[in-house]
Amino acid sequence: MIQQILFLLVAALGIGLFVWQVRKIRANILKGKDRVMGGSVSERINKTLLVAFGQQKMFKRITPALLHLVVYVGFLVINVEVIEIMIDGIFGTHRALSFMGPVYDVLMATNEILGALVIVAVVALWWRRNVQKVHRLSAGVEMRAWPRLDGNIILYVEIVLMTALFTMNTADLKLHQLEGVDLPGSFPISSLLVGLFPENVTALHALERVGWWLHILGILAFLNYLPSSKHFHIIMAFPNVYYTRLVPQGQFSNVDSITHEVKAMMDPSYQVPAGPVDADGNPVVQRFGAKDADDLSWLNLLNAYSCTECGRCTSVCPANITGKLLSPRKIIMDTRDRIEEKYESPLIFRPNQYNGEIGAESEDGSLVRGKVTPEELWACTTCNACVEACPVNINPLDSIVEMRRYLVLEESAAPHSLNVMFSNIENNGAPWAFSPSDRFNWAEELYVAEK
Amino acid sequence: MADLAARGEQPEVLFWVGCAGAFDDRYKRVTRAFVRILEHVGVKYAVLGMEESCTGDPAKRAGNEFLFQMQAMQNITTLDGYAIKTIVTACPHCFNTIKNEYPALGGNYEVIHHSTFLQQLINEGRVKVQGGESYKGRRITFHDSCYLGRANDIYEAPRDVLAALDADLVEMKRSKANGLCCGAGGAQMWKEPEPGKKDINIERTEEALATLDGNAAALENLYGVESGNAGATPAKGNGNGIIAVSCPFCMTMMSDGVKNKERESSVQVFDLAELVASAEGLNA
Ligand code: SF4
Ligand code: SF4
Repeated sequence: MIQQILFLLVAALGIGLFVWQVRKIRANILKGKDRVMGGSVSERINKTLLVAFGQQKMFKRITPALLHLVVYVGFLVINVEVIEIMIDGIFGTHRALSFMGPVYDVLMATNEILGALVIVAVVALWWRRNVQKVHRLSAGVEMRAWPRLDGNIILYVEIVLMTALFTMNTADLKLHQLEGVDLPGSFPISSLLVGLFPENVTALHALERVGWWLHILGILAFLNYLPSSKHFHIIMAFPNVYYTRLVPQGQFSNVDSITHEVKAMMDPSYQVPAGPVDADGNPVVQRFGAKDADDLSWLNLLNAYSCTECGRCTSVCPANITGKLLSPRKIIMDTRDRIEEKYESPLIFRPNQYNGEIGAESEDGSLVRGKVTPEELWACTTCNACVEACPVNINPLDSIVEMRRYLVLEESAAPHSLNVMFSNIENNGAPWAFSPSDRFNWAEELYVAEK
Repeated sequence: MADLAARGEQPEVLFWVGCAGAFDDRYKRVTRAFVRILEHVGVKYAVLGMEESCTGDPAKRAGNEFLFQMQAMQNITTLDGYAIKTIVTACPHCFNTIKNEYPALGGNYEVIHHSTFLQQLINEGRVKVQGGESYKGRRITFHDSCYLGRANDIYEAPRDVLAALDADLVEMKRSKANGLCCGAGGAQMWKEPEPGKKDINIERTEEALATLDGNAAALENLYGVESGNAGATPAKGNGNGIIAVSCPFCMTMMSDGVKNKERESSVQVFDLAELVASAEGLNA
C-alpha cells in the first residue's frame, strides 16, 4: 500500500513536471510568426509514417541507421512493459499483463532480446562518439560541452534503464525458481543471468524492487530530462515531420507585404489590404525578414526543438566542407538557444548556459549578429543539401534566407558586390553590367556562324 | 516574339534564354546549340529578345525580396501580354523561379527545363543523336545542378539524354540527391566566397576529375558520404573525359575548376544541349 501511494506521488510529480516543461516550450514555439501551411492531411500523414515512424531518411547511412533502428524499436516495444509497470505500480499487482498467456511469453521474450540488442547498439553508438570520434558528432563550434555531454548522458541512461529491467526480471525469475513456482512469461536473457544472483530470498526481493523502482524512476527522470536534450526529438520529430513544407525544395516563401507594395507601385489603383493591428488598433510595424528568433516562423522554431544535433546537415554542406564558417546545425541550435535566452528558459537544465558557455553572447541581444554572423549567412549557396540530409525534415535554409532578408531589406547590409548585382538587375534587367540592348547578340553570332 | 505576335502567330514554346544564356560568352554557345536543335526538329519557338529581363532569382536568394518581385511582376506582364503558355529554358534557376515562384504572383505557365525537353525529343525519335560526333567509349560524368535536382527532383532526364549518347557514363560518389553544389547558387555567382580552406568549385571539380580518372582512392573519405550510398568504383580511365552540366553557373564553376587544376587539355565541360547538338551533327 505504501508503495502504491509512493508510486502515485512520484508518477504524478514526474508527469506533471514534464507537462509543465512542454507547455513552456509550446509557448516558445508560438512566439514565431504565423505560417500558411497548405498541403493535404493525407500527404502529411504519409510523410510522417515514412520519415518519422519509418526512419526513411536515416537509411542514407547504413551503420548509424541500423544502430538507431535497434534503439528506436527497442524503445517502442519496451514501452509495453512500462505500461505493465505502471499498472502494477498503481494497483499493487504483479505482472498484470500475464493473463495474456502465450502472447505475454512472446512479448517478454521480444522485450528481453531487444533489451540486449539495445545495450549492444548503445555501446556501439558510444564508441562512435567517443573513440572513433565520428567527425560530424564531435567537430564544430556548436558542439560545445553540453551537446557533447548530452549525447553521452542519453547513452548512459539507456544502459541504466536496461540494466534495471534485467535486474528486475532476473531477480523475479530466481525468486520463483526458489519457490518452485512458474513465473509467467519467457525470459531468454534473464534465465542466463540467474546464476549470478544470490540464493537469498530477502536479497532477491530487494533486488527485484530496486530494479522495478530504478526503471520507473529512471523513466520519469529521463522524461524530464528530454526537454533539455537533443533527445527531445523522440517526441518532436513527429509534429516536425508532419508540418514539413510540401512544396518543391527550390520554392522559397513569398513576403506578402512586399507583394502588396509592388502591386500598388505597378498599378496605383491597387487596394493594399490593411496590415495587422495591435490590441489598441494601431498598425504593427512589420519587420522584413528575421532579426531575432521570434521573427522566424513557428515552423522554424519547431525545427529548432526537433534537432537531434546529428550534424548530417553540416556534413553535407558545401560551405562547411570547404572550411567556411557556415554550419546549418549551428543555425538551428543558435535559434533554440536564443529563443530560450529571450523568453524564460522552460528547462530544468539550462543547456545553453552549461559550463559557463553561453554561445556567442548577443551584443545587441538578437539572433542575427548576436549569435549568427552575417559571414555565416552569406556563405550559403541555397543548395538544399542540408534540407535533404536532415532525418527529421528540418529546413535550415528557410531560416538562413529569412535572416538574409533582414540584412538586405532592413539594414542594407549585403556584401558590396551583391549590391552591385542588385543595381545591375534594377538598371539593366540582368545581374551583370550589360546593356539590355545587347541581349539578343547571341543570335547575330548564330547567324554569322551559319554563314 | 514581338515579330511573331505582329504576324498574329503563336509559338509552340517560348525559349527563355536567361541572362547567362544571353550575355555569358561561354553559355551563348549553349543557347545557340539549343536553338539549332529547336530548328532542326522544327519546333515553332520564339524568344523574348530584348523584352526578356532577369527572373529575379539571384535577388531573391540574396534576400532582396523587393527587387525579386519587381522583376517577377514585370516579366509576368510581358509573358501574359503574349499569352505564353509553355516555356522552355536551359537555366535551372530561371526554371525554378518561373515554375515555382511566379504562380503565387499570378504567373502560371508550363515550364520545362531543356534536359527534360531534350529527353522528350530523343524519346519521340525527333532527335537521333547520331550522324555527328560520336561519344562512344568517352567517359562522361554528370554534375547535378542543385536547382534541377534537389530543388525540383529532376535527376533522370539529364542522365537519359547522356545515355542516348552511347557514352561511358560514370557517376560521382556524391550525385543525385547527394550531389555537391558547384558553389554558385544563392547569388554566390556574384561575390567572392567567404574565407575557408578552399573554394567549393575546386572541391567539386576534384571529385569530378577523380571520377573521370577512375581514381577511387582519391574519393575515399568525402565529407557527407559515410557509407551505403556510394556508387560503384569506376574503372581506371585514361585521364580524358567530359564533365556534363545543365546549368550556366555550373558551367562557369566547373570550367574554372578544370582550369585551376590545369586539366583543360584533357577534360572538357559541356552542356547537355551542346553534346546533343554535336552528336546530331549540328556543330556550332
Ligand atoms: S543550403 Fe546553405 S546551409 Fe544548407 S547545405 Fe547548402 S550551403 Fe549549406
Ligand atoms: S538540422 Fe537535422 S541534420 Fe542538422 S543536426 Fe539537426 S537533426 Fe541533424
